[in-house]
Amino acid sequence: MKEVIKGFRKIVYLSFPPDVSGRPVVCNLARRFDLSFNILKAEISPRQVGGMTLEISGLEEDFEKGINYLKENGVRITPVAQKIFRDEETCMHCGLCTAMCATGALYIDRATREVCFDVDKCSACGMCTRVCPVRAMTVDLEDNGGLE
Amino acid sequence: MATHQVSKTIQEINDRIRKGKAVVLNAEEMTAEVRRLGKVKAAKEVDVVTTGTFSTMCSSGMLFNIGQEPPVMKVSELWMNSVPAYSGLAAVDAYLGATEPAEDDPLNKVHPGRFVYGGGHVIEDLVRGKAVHLKARAYGTDCYPRRKLDKDVTLADLPNAWLLNPRNCYQNYNCAVNLTSRTIYTYMGPLKPKCRNANYATAGALSPLFNDPLFKTIGMGTRIFLAGGVGYVIGSGTQHNPKPPRNEYGIPTTPAGTLMLKGDMKQMNARYLRGVSVVGYGCSLAVGVGIPIPILNEDIAWHTGVSNADIQVPVRDYGYDYPNGVPRVLGHVSYEELQSGEIVVDGRKVQSVPLTSLPMSLEVADELKRWILDGKFLLSQPVDDIECSY
Ligand code: SF4
Ligand code: SF4
Repeated sequence: MKEVIKGFRKIVYLSFPPDVSGRPVVCNLARRFDLSFNILKAEISPRQVGGMTLEISGLEEDFEKGINYLKENGVRITPVAQKIFRDEETCMHCGLCTAMCATGALYIDRATREVCFDVDKCSACGMCTRVCPVRAMTVDLEDNGGLE
Repeated sequence: MATHQVSKTIQEINDRIRKGKAVVLNAEEMTAEVRRLGKVKAAKEVDVVTTGTFSTMCSSGMLFNIGQEPPVMKVSELWMNSVPAYSGLAAVDAYLGATEPAEDDPLNKVHPGRFVYGGGHVIEDLVRGKAVHLKARAYGTDCYPRRKLDKDVTLADLPNAWLLNPRNCYQNYNCAVNLTSRTIYTYMGPLKPKCRNANYATAGALSPLFNDPLFKTIGMGTRIFLAGGVGYVIGSGTQHNPKPPRNEYGIPTTPAGTLMLKGDMKQMNARYLRGVSVVGYGCSLAVGVGIPIPILNEDIAWHTGVSNADIQVPVRDYGYDYPNGVPRVLGHVSYEELQSGEIVVDGRKVQSVPLTSLPMSLEVADELKRWILDGKFLLSQPVDDIECSY
């Protein structure tokens, strides 16, 4: 069970108000809290509002501290699982999205042959929302939701 | 003609269906049964095998009549929710194709286009019972003076509405890869560069025309499950190829036979009829089709015993070859390999990605099975053969 504690890994979406965008808050996650991170996606709007999808791993304790640090610095945090949804009624289990899902969050269960969606693996890259022929996958574009 | 050890007629099978005594299996169950019992015993035991497929079928559409309201009209242009329909028919008849995009769709101007709404979506909306805006224009004649009609209609308001699909149920199809160095957006879905995904579209051992590859039972007039209602095979479809190369099971190793289908939309269920948007390609319609196969003799039983390993699918490059009409086949893979999630192309492992929904295909086959077991659905004797040679 040590594995689980040590291998804590979570994908979050961060949004930065303009005054935070210029500061190295994300780098400090590694420096101060011993967390490793992987930037899955980053964008900055013309009005200097930044958005970043980050995969963070390390100890759960450090993760909490790191998140608190980000919040203290004005960064808004949304767990990615809250950003991508699948409408179960709409999905026809064709499987097409599995080609574009780089993280393996969408995969085919070989026994039932249904397409499964594992939110914990989702990086909110949005590819599935673009390719799903019946628009069963939707992304919540409001970046101001949060883990308050 | 070879004599058979088992010989039944459609009439005898229908008698058993009426009495609630017919033995009906879906095509997957039949594969196991033929393996277990052999073809002769399986033919004695089983009366009907139900097949099913649920996939995007572009050559689909709706033939309908909008009725007249005085002053009467001979429509020359017609739109349903801004999707143009063809109205060069009698006064108020029209045909709406599944792949017709809405008139104001930006298409591929910003590539890849999204094709949010088209003919397939109109069909789904109507079957869902939603109101659709009908706009019609005419030049006016002495007998048909009306020039304009604008109103909302539901499926119930249309005097007739048939799903009339010129080509469905393609018997075998290509597995698509992309050997170029950029992502391409095709009717086979998005294909990543350098052959990183292989997309395929068939229900394999459940698929209608793999279970009767030589059209021994399916013909003009075969009664079928079409999108939740009763429909009919009305002949071979467009591009039907009666003489494809075949393997020892009689299964074509290239795209081959096709069917033309018709059914009353008023009986249909939107669960089996879905408007789809194929990114970068266009709009279309996913259709659920189930065809019953009467087990008249052991040869037919043997064909319905087809397994995924017996079906070979050609792999083709959609990056250069397909758009340029180069007939090159990169190799064949079995449907069993495709279903495993990984195939080998040119010595390299490639993720295989289905476009046909297997859970839905199975649901269609099982729904048809239920209809027959409940005595609600009888088999029909085809009035003519579909051309096929072996
Ligand atoms: S592409 Fe859409 S409909 Fe098909 S399996 Fe994925 S989410 Fe479901
Ligand atoms: S957004 Fe869609 S494609 Fe991207 S990781 Fe999540 S499920 Fe996969």
